[in-house]
Amino acid sequence: MGEWRYWFAAQRGTLLAIAIFVVMFLIYILNHPAGFTPNVVQTASNKAVLLAFVAMAQTLVVITAGIDLSIGMIFLLTNCLASWLVLGTPTETAFGVVVVLCAGLLCGALNGAIVIYGRLQPIVATIATGAIFYGLALLLRPFPGGSVNEDLADFMTGKFFGVIPASAVVLAAVVLVVWVPFSRSTLGRGAYAAGSSDVAAYMSGVPIRRSKFLAYSLAGLLASIGGLFLTFFTYTGEAAFASGNAYTLFSIAAVVLGGVSLFGGKGSAIGAIFGALAFRTIGDLLFVFDFDPLWQPLFQGVILLIAVSLGAFALFRVRNRLEWFL
Amino acid sequence: MSVQTFFRMEGISKRYGGVRALENASLDVSAGRIHAILGENGAGKSTLIKVMAGVVAPDEGRMTLDGKEISFGSPAAANDAGIVCVFQELSLIPDLSVADNIAISNPPTRFGMIDRAAQRRIAEEALRRAGAEDVHPLALVKDLPLSRRQMVEIAKALARKPRILILDEATSALTASDVAKVFAVLKRLRSEGLALLYISHRMNEIAELADDCSVFRNGRHVATYAAGSKTDNEVVELMIGREYSSVFPPKPVRTDSAAPPLLECRHLTWTDRLNDISMTIRAGEVVGLGGLDGQGQRELLLAFFGVLRGLKGEILVEGKPMSISSPAAARDGRIGMALIPEDRKTEGLMLPMTVRENLSFASLDHLSRGGVIDRKLEERKIEEMVRLLAIKTAGLDIPVGSLSGGNQQKVVIAKWLMRGPRIILLNDPTRGIDVGTKQEIYQLLRKLSDAGAAILFYSTDYDELIGCCDRVLVLYDGAVKRELVGDEINEHALIASALNIGDGQSVSAMEAAHG
Repeated sequence: MGEWRYWFAAQRGTLLAIAIFVVMFLIYILNHPAGFTPNVVQTASNKAVLLAFVAMAQTLVVITAGIDLSIGMIFLLTNCLASWLVLGTPTETAFGVVVVLCAGLLCGALNGAIVIYGRLQPIVATIATGAIFYGLALLLRPFPGGSVNEDLADFMTGKFFGVIPASAVVLAAVVLVVWVPFSRSTLGRGAYAAGSSDVAAYMSGVPIRRSKFLAYSLAGLLASIGGLFLTFFTYTGEAAFASGNAYTLFSIAAVVLGGVSLFGGKGSAIGAIFGALAFRTIGDLLFVFDFDPLWQPLFQGVILLIAVSLGAFALFRVRNRLEWFL
Repeated sequence: MSVQTFFRMEGISKRYGGVRALENASLDVSAGRIHAILGENGAGKSTLIKVMAGVVAPDEGRMTLDGKEISFGSPAAANDAGIVCVFQELSLIPDLSVADNIAISNPPTRFGMIDRAAQRRIAEEALRRAGAEDVHPLALVKDLPLSRRQMVEIAKALARKPRILILDEATSALTASDVAKVFAVLKRLRSEGLALLYISHRMNEIAELADDCSVFRNGRHVATYAAGSKTDNEVVELMIGREYSSVFPPKPVRTDSAAPPLLECRHLTWTDRLNDISMTIRAGEVVGLGGLDGQGQRELLLAFFGVLRGLKGEILVEGKPMSISSPAAARDGRIGMALIPEDRKTEGLMLPMTVRENLSFASLDHLSRGGVIDRKLEERKIEEMVRLLAIKTAGLDIPVGSLSGGNQQKVVIAKWLMRGPRIILLNDPTRGIDVGTKQEIYQLLRKLSDAGAAILFYSTDYDELIGCCDRVLVLYDGAVKRELVGDEINEHALIASALNIGDGQSVSAMEAAHG
């Protein structure tokens, strides 16, 4: 009993995000003309998985009490790169995928190096590197174009056994291969520690710099997985400035929705993924209820505000006003 | 007596900007001994320890461990050499669990991932060794009260298997029963051959624990002597370098007045922390709050100051019922209340901001006209306060965080005195500050009460309650257990009522623990 209480307290943000998503998704499915079919789930998964990857990337940086405003641009840059490289024979395609992932990792590592060793504020440093990444993307693809290995793309956006959406499986696999080991490693612990209190972490002999560097680098890697999926969906590369910025901002919204504290040190990528899924479901909800598309952004904003406020309900129960500020 | 010195510091100097924090300091550390370091705040004790623990690099001097010269680039390097420090500023990470914190510097891993079961075992073992079995390893550090956090901090240090364990004011927030446990642990460690460095402003703790004492003053090492070879007065004279007169100002003789009490509460109840408390304070009176830590003293002060929601009962000021809904309302002219908080670093000061800004924060409404701050008036008020409290600072425009602990505390007090409050609530205001500053604060309190202020004063230090207060209310489990007046206020009565017991045997056990 006592044990469960501590576990529940630690996972509250994540559980709340899952609950919000489940409720929204149920409303969506129950009102969908086709109902709960593999195709509907596949479409939903494919729509949400891009933001889920980018939000996961953002989580890693936010945990260290930083923020990555270049994340959407890494996503675009790797999309443009993939539209040149992820082509041809299976070997060439595999090589292309590896190069794209390495490019993402490198972008993240650059951010990390500037923030940690250059001691610049993350917000400013990543605005600058984001502009650089966008510039490179534009050089790669001045006009939308290119192509991708369509067999791979169709496989990744299709269904396993005709039921399970492949994109959701890949997302789960990435969680298992990247997030779980990270969060349970010494360096992952260091990232949380640095985000929660960097002075205490330093005094405790935590490897702060390596931890943060790893977090930023892995964020770049995760964004590039998102970039690959974008290529799989669109079959092209496009340096779309507005889209890159939108992904950056939505990733922050998804992270907050997922119970990750922007002050650092608290939250999980799994929460952020469900935050991203919930965020995407907002758009779908408006679709099934046949809203005029003109109203979409406004309603999306209102629903987002309500969802984020749910996390603040705990404040109404506070009896000691000093706890408002903790 | 075989004394093996295995760690030695010689000729250590360190300056911060223009200020010499340490000058040609030396220290020998021996296995199996408890070595107390004494000195006022700003005497260089903290810097000395930071040098040992690898937090700051000295400008000059050398350190040897087992005869080999060493230097530390980081706290981690010092830890690896077996030097572990329990810092006064807690080094715990608030958002991580107790077990995570205890194992933070070297967590057990399996396949490159942290082995949570093994970590849990290490944490439980360390908590048991520190005598803190009541702390759950999965609790988040930020949810623990200060005294529990300090126990976790000690457990964390023990988990690193140190050769030299440094305790810097490590017992300042502990309850008397915790202190007893920690002392038993420290004595066991000494018998196991550890070297312990113990820094405390509590003389009775040092008398009980220490084998050797070293005194520092103005960054210099003044004297080292075997514990017990000097009287308390001699030690204090070494520390402050001047004659030591009576610490506590005389208490005035009380005359009962017919005026209604300045502050009164009736049947104050809040959740399970405050339980039907009724009390009064008259103008010119210093009333103490005693009892073990965490018996509702802090909540009572917060209740008066308008911080608690859902409070039942009545608060009266000058006999008139008041509803105080926020600190802003409490400090308002009609009520004129001030609260000197427990944790000056988070609740009292904005550390990176300047001394000037911090001093005027609580009185901006008095200092401004139409929303614009009157610089001349501000300047005058600040000067007055700096003079009144004798705040030692290199200037008004330096960050308040760079002042010594005692001077920081003076800034917190000054910022509230600037409003000229009639009711002053203090939450353990002398914790972790030096003898000289303490004495100044006692005198200030008496001066304020003589000028007609009503003072409610919570302290974990029994000597303070005895020396300063006209009356003491002892709290137990959120209720007033006993009221002590005048000569009734003595250590025996305070401890007996704090423990809510009557029999003499346990009392003397507690007295032994407390010194």
